[in-house]
Amino acid sequence: MSTQESNTQNLTLVQAVRDGLKSEMERDDDVIVLGEDVGKNGGVFRATEGLYDAFGGDRVIDTPLAESGIIGTSIGMAAYGLRPVPEMQFSGFMYPAFDQLVSHAARLRTRSRGRFTCPMVVRAPYGGGIRAPEHHSESKEAIYTHEAGLKVVVPSTPYDTKGLLAAAIRDPDPVVFLEPKLIYRAFREDVPEEPYTVELGEAAVRREGEDLSVFTWGAMTRPTLEAAESAAEDGIDAEVIDLRTLSPMDTDAIVESFKKTGRAVVVHEAPKTGGLAGEITATIQTEALYYQEAPIARVTGFDVPYPLYALEDYYMPEDTRIEDAIRETYGA
Amino acid sequence: MSTHRDPRDRVQVLDEDGGVREGATVPDIDEDSLTEMYREMRLARHFDRRAVSLQRQGRMGTYPPLSGQEAAQVGSAMALADEDWIFPSYREHAAAHVRGVGLDSTLRYWMGDERGNDPDDANVFPVAVPIATQILHATGAAWAADLTGDDAAFLCYFGDGATSEGDFHEGLNFAGVFDVPAVFFCNNNQWAISVPRERQSASATLAQKAHAYGFEGVLVDGMDPLAVYQVTSDAVSKAKDPGPAGDDAPGRATRPTLIEAIQYRFGAHTTADDPSVYRDDDEVERWKRKDPIPRLEAYLRERGILDDESVDAIGESVESEVASAIDAAERTERPAPAEMFDHVHAERTERLDEQAAHLERLRERYGDEELLE
Ligand SMILES: Cc1ncc(C[n+]2csc(CCOP(=O)(O)OP(=O)(O)O)c2C)c(N)n1
Ligand SMILES: [Mg+2]
Repeated sequence: MSTQESNTQNLTLVQAVRDGLKSEMERDDDVIVLGEDVGKNGGVFRATEGLYDAFGGDRVIDTPLAESGIIGTSIGMAAYGLRPVPEMQFSGFMYPAFDQLVSHAARLRTRSRGRFTCPMVVRAPYGGGIRAPEHHSESKEAIYTHEAGLKVVVPSTPYDTKGLLAAAIRDPDPVVFLEPKLIYRAFREDVPEEPYTVELGEAAVRREGEDLSVFTWGAMTRPTLEAAESAAEDGIDAEVIDLRTLSPMDTDAIVESFKKTGRAVVVHEAPKTGGLAGEITATIQTEALYYQEAPIARVTGFDVPYPLYALEDYYMPEDTRIEDAIRETYGA
Repeated sequence: MSTHRDPRDRVQVLDEDGGVREGATVPDIDEDSLTEMYREMRLARHFDRRAVSLQRQGRMGTYPPLSGQEAAQVGSAMALADEDWIFPSYREHAAAHVRGVGLDSTLRYWMGDERGNDPDDANVFPVAVPIATQILHATGAAWAADLTGDDAAFLCYFGDGATSEGDFHEGLNFAGVFDVPAVFFCNNNQWAISVPRERQSASATLAQKAHAYGFEGVLVDGMDPLAVYQVTSDAVSKAKDPGPAGDDAPGRATRPTLIEAIQYRFGAHTTADDPSVYRDDDEVERWKRKDPIPRLEAYLRERGILDDESVDAIGESVESEVASAIDAAERTERPAPAEMFDHVHAERTERLDEQAAHLERLRERYGDEELLE
């Protein structure tokens, strides 16, 4: 981290996105923002508000409605030397760009033995819980994490958002930056006005504990902390680790915490099957099996297409469900 | 088979005051159908107003309004026969209603209930939210009908923004190559959220893109229900009965048509959008002069088909129809949580059974209130 004493602003997570973009655009003329409605409209969540006026239409670009077009041209721009930060309006609409992401962005460095690279950051609001229409609520972080060559970041606080976004933009390789829109405006935090980075690939311990480790990220971090506090009232001391970066994943932090506690719960919104909880569990099994004292629990979405909002509260893990798993795992 | 039109000529029947334009041919529609056309447009307008207010009151989720776009939807849907199909985007509540989808179903869908996407027996495909994806489905269904010898046309709605997606180009290309009975109906409402039409494409018209795929493109005043009805009828007849088969030479697809219906969305993109950020009121006011409802009303009054009394009666009947649809939608019991697991596959897998049982255990242990807080 590269912060010094400086002035701060009290920002929401989405304001921290905007502030992060702005300070990186001021630092580096090669950084440009493009996507659907990111210009005049300032983005449908206002994540790019004010940038069009500040930097003009050549650096904050409203594109035609075409995700493959946005990501494919960003790859060309990045290879040519710019640092594009394309926005996908919702992660549910990223799939037309999937071919460009996995067949090209993720592999350009490998395929050209380093001659061509793809320093771009694909930003997308993701996740559920906001009573949105169909296809606006999915959590598909696992499919990008599965793709070698892509880095995947999910911030959970305004401070981290600005710092991780800056680190992602300065990173020499493509980064998928998934923004948990459920907490875009949920709370504020002091964020330095100065540019700073939060290193990619480092988890954060959000609550220290001795009895059990809970691994999570993004919007699930807050209900997980609530569940941990509530379990603490009964003397269960849970450690809560926010992974922040899913690829590369901070497996050292995971294993270190597990060696201390011997028990784990993994929490994510995404469906259980093929979700990252499986990967985390396997990592623990491989590296710390002999420390294990109980089965590892997964608190996740169900293996169903994300339901329309009448049922979404049953789908989404929340503090009661998480606390239930903490108690079961503690007692097992 | 209809005469081919030049995609630069905008077909119009009614002028802004509802008079018949010089030289225009009025389509052959009986009086009852004309009254129905008017009523459907009034119904759509009133439904739209109520739906926006339901959202504002927290009784419904995000909703995409259609005011200003009634003529394009009603005029085109009424030009279809029973056996024909529509493949909507997310804004075609009026077209869906003409095709037999109850307003209560539409409300249920936007109230977050999947069952609203199950439009009874209507020949209406489910709403497509991911832009332009439905264009390929319509092409595929039309192709299948052709392969199986069915005599039906497939009308697909999408917006101006959708013409930028790859799926639009792939759909129209397949339609041309396999010469399928499809009508591609572009609701060009000038905006894709905040992005203006001219930013989507450097083409002078969207209709002319049809030429690249070897078939006819038609430009129509989408706020003139009679013109919309006419061009859609022509396209549907051509889809079903293309006349003598052309040869296989490029540029000879005889059945598909791309219709670009020029229109304007009076309201926000959705209830989550604030159009004052990207467009001025002057523009909206200019387009309101083309409002399709007073235009058709003036025409029908002039012809003696409507008078004050019948207009009032229609007003009252649409209000009560919308009120009962809202009532029906709100009185529907919310879906049971178990529903989530029921339609994932034809049969629930063991894993889904386990997960459903787990959810039930949690509900028993904690109660819904605590689980959903
Ligand atoms: C593939 C995809 N990308 C982005 C979106 C988000 N989005 C919803 S509507 C819309 C604009 C659509 O404009 P247009 O095609 O003109 O249709 P209109 O809404 O004006 O009827 C956008 C960008 C989406 N639904 N699907
Ligand atoms: Mg549009």
